[in-house]
Amino acid sequence: MTIVEAEKLNQKGLQKVASNERFTFFGLTLPYLIMVTALIVIPVGWLFYLSFIGRDGSFSFENYERMMKSKAYIRIFITTFKISILTTIICAAIGYPLAYFMSQLSRKWANICMIGVLIPFWTSLLVRTYAWLVLLQKKGLLNNMAIEMGLITEPIKIVHNTTGTLIGMVHIMLPFLILPLYANMRSIDKDTLKAASSLGATPTRAFWTVFFPLSLPGLLAGLLIVFVLCLGFYVTPAILGGGRVIMAAMKISSNIELYFSWGAASALGVVLLVVTGIILFIASKLVSMDQLGNR
Amino acid sequence: MNETSLNISIREVTKKYDQFYALKDVSLEIKSGEFMTLLGPSGSGKTTLLMVLAGFTNPDYGSVKFGDEEVILKPPHLRGIGMVFQNYALFPHMTVEQNVGYPQKLRGVSAAETKRSVEEALNTVKLEGLGHRGINELSGGQRQRVALARAIVFKPKILLMDEPLSALDKKLREEMQIELRQLHDTLNMTTVYVTHDQKEALTMSDRITVINHGELMQLGTPNEIYEHPNNHFIADFIGESSLLPVSIRDGKTSLNGEKIVLAEKAEKDGDYLLVVRPEKAFLADKKVKGANYFSGKLIDSIFQGESQLLVVKLNSNDDGQEVRVRVPNESVTQKALPEVGQTVSIGLKVADSYVVS
Repeated sequence: MTIVEAEKLNQKGLQKVASNERFTFFGLTLPYLIMVTALIVIPVGWLFYLSFIGRDGSFSFENYERMMKSKAYIRIFITTFKISILTTIICAAIGYPLAYFMSQLSRKWANICMIGVLIPFWTSLLVRTYAWLVLLQKKGLLNNMAIEMGLITEPIKIVHNTTGTLIGMVHIMLPFLILPLYANMRSIDKDTLKAASSLGATPTRAFWTVFFPLSLPGLLAGLLIVFVLCLGFYVTPAILGGGRVIMAAMKISSNIELYFSWGAASALGVVLLVVTGIILFIASKLVSMDQLGNR
Repeated sequence: MNETSLNISIREVTKKYDQFYALKDVSLEIKSGEFMTLLGPSGSGKTTLLMVLAGFTNPDYGSVKFGDEEVILKPPHLRGIGMVFQNYALFPHMTVEQNVGYPQKLRGVSAAETKRSVEEALNTVKLEGLGHRGINELSGGQRQRVALARAIVFKPKILLMDEPLSALDKKLREEMQIELRQLHDTLNMTTVYVTHDQKEALTMSDRITVINHGELMQLGTPNEIYEHPNNHFIADFIGESSLLPVSIRDGKTSLNGEKIVLAEKAEKDGDYLLVVRPEKAFLADKKVKGANYFSGKLIDSIFQGESQLLVVKLNSNDDGQEVRVRVPNESVTQKALPEVGQTVSIGLKVADSYVVS
């Protein structure tokens, strides 16, 4: 060799290949990074800034103070959490057995069921919400049918209130719970249940000691998605709540559309964001602790 | 019948799926304390039979008795069997200890007794001190041992194993075969072991049941199955063998027109297959009495470590019938090996010459 510094065979060339690969991967994520910066980081930052601007245009905490003091705001937060928690619980109660059932079916039948879950998911939110209105209203399909069948004499009020809001929201949120839960349940080794059974566990016991704990990560993921989406939900509660169920997102909208109060709206948005962040943080701790402790 | 094991009596067990029989009138007596292997290719029905014993598959009809007790109508959790699954089926959300203690907990065994029996079981499978580990921290071999400990901790009288070693690498698998065999001798529970690996079956079993197409093909000790296969399927499936078509007319056997002598006369005239085990065939320099000889051309010679495998194409055979000969790796034989392309003469002792249908 004539070179002074001895280079190992193809060392430089291989280093170049590796750095090219890294560059390519970075390039692939670039469009997303730009989009996130332009559409999320900057506007959210701008809102954050606005939330600290008072009516007179100077820096102030008045937007937040109002939120703490005003009974209307506190009621809105209570309503938002109540509706979100109820929707999440009902979704879990309906979704878990369904996901379990689907996970026990053969692939073919499970896929057919999955289409049943997904078709509403693919339909416009607005269309589905108005469809519920048609079904549930005073002279709607449901009330008319119940009266004709003689089940009730007077139409019952199942829309423009909490009940109607919950019905609509559960229907819309259900797929968000089922999808991660079903994926998780599918990945559970069916032999573990057989093993439990061969070792002497009744089917009920095997379910609670083996299947349920193993399905927790999927259930938690589903609950989280549903709850967080509920917190910021607008269309369905606005239409099916009939103005009686006021959630945070609706207040944000009215702050801007009626009162042109960007500061108040932003402050509300920031609080929602922070609450969501805290919940996600706690949940991530729960999941990782669950995994640390058991795996 | 003793206190640690039960005999298993299987009668006329039949399971039909659409058009084909997964099990067809299978009757089998497994002795108490016996290590019985169900051996067959994939799709032969061996696993279905094991699942019937465990209670996870219900046959269309038939009877399964553990001891004197009919169990066919009992659900799996009431059958009191220990079972080891192909992919271990350990509970990933529990530690080693919790996995092994699971059956004890279900049985309401006291905490102290559970702890003692879990330790004993872990000792038996040589995993002492790993009780607090998570399942994901274990190697494949260790998981296998945990699965085994979990299946024996409550001292079941019957232990079922479904290809438990198939996921391990070859060396570990061979070690575990010997260990499982020794474990069985210590614990003495009736063991039903499913595998498609004929060598594994020969290594471990007291007796082997060969199953194919849902039917019982042959039942016997490893020696009987290897040395006296019932038919060409078993001769081909168990061990290596070259099967050469022969015809028997008036009690005289001929291979491609040349007369050969068999160890035992066939009962009837007809077409048969001569079984040539590579390790029983030998290279013949000169012909002596008491053996059959075939000449052919050496077309391949493969070094396999402990032996040299020679592939010989028979001269007289137009179909290009091949015979394999295994020459043990000894310094003398290695030096005298023929070259590829040479014509060689292969001998097979009359005592080793038998035919199957």
